[in-house]
Amino acid sequence: MIPALNEAGAITGVIAEIRAELPGVDVLVVDDGSTDSTAREAGKAGALVASLPYNLGVGGARRLGYRYGLDGDYDVVVQLDADGQHDPKFVPQMIDALDEGDVVIGARFAGVGEYRVRGPRSWAMSFLSTVLSAVARTRLTDTTSGYRATNRRGTALYAQFFPVEYLGDTVETIVQAVRHDLTVRQVPVAMRPRVAGTPSHSPIRATIYLGRAFSVLVLALIRR
Amino acid sequence: MSLQLTTTVCGLLLLAGIVELLRRRQLREKYGVLWIGVGLVIIPLSVFPHAVDRVASFFGMASGVSLVLFAAIVFLLVVCLHLSWEVSRLEEKTRTLAEEIALIRMKVDQNTGSDVDQR
Repeated sequence: MIPALNEAGAITGVIAEIRAELPGVDVLVVDDGSTDSTAREAGKAGALVASLPYNLGVGGARRLGYRYGLDGDYDVVVQLDADGQHDPKFVPQMIDALDEGDVVIGARFAGVGEYRVRGPRSWAMSFLSTVLSAVARTRLTDTTSGYRATNRRGTALYAQFFPVEYLGDTVETIVQAVRHDLTVRQVPVAMRPRVAGTPSHSPIRATIYLGRAFSVLVLALIRR
Repeated sequence: MSLQLTTTVCGLLLLAGIVELLRRRQLREKYGVLWIGVGLVIIPLSVFPHAVDRVASFFGMASGVSLVLFAAIVFLLVVCLHLSWEVSRLEEKTRTLAEEIALIRMKVDQNTGSDVDQR
């Protein structure tokens, strides 16, 4: 399942790679109200396409994907990003890890690959990792990763609950999984640099990110 | 005298506005009743602004006007909070509808697509 917003340039390559790497899987692209030809390109590349009538945010697109997975009675749902940073060759490892867990996170910083982040943003990430590792009682190094696999139990939870808020779709989903007695595991993956777009490294942005991460985490922990 | 005139005119205008909105069915009953209630409290107060002076002194306030001001601010805060809550619920509902529409549209497209193939 791939949420996509205006990714007409990258989506064809991503779908082709998944189909080459994992023959026989259904590829669902959730078009989150794109204004370009993302949906058409995805359809041409052989994916199933669900088009949202307007932009919901990545969490909304993902919940739609999980609802489709639940309705279609799929054993495993894998969510990955449309910009090509998630390499589908790690999917079999993630599915193997579902033997021990209900939600498996494809994680950077776990020994594979050389993706590095510095400054306040990295403090925010290590802070989130520390707290969420304690919450999930397992070692999590990359809690904001959008590369995940769920079994039926995980799919059922996320089909019903998946926040649209920024960081809620990553951080809060882990907390909720634990709350619902699901087991969270991680698999080390290498991530590629984004095909398009630049990650922000400005200190102000990173500080805002730290603040938002903190508030999302506190809310996630006190929410019912 | 001029204070009394100002507050009376404002109170009457407010009540007229509420009634008119209700009459045109622009306000749901649940809000309508609330605002009518507010209007009925405001009108006597606007004619006799010092009517609540004794209540105010009971709460340790020098004048009834201060009490009305304080109560109004608290009331408005509660109304704002309620509206935020209402908007959050509506957003959740429209989100679910949007997802439902996308799923249904997908099924419809698949069905019409397979019809074309069979022909």
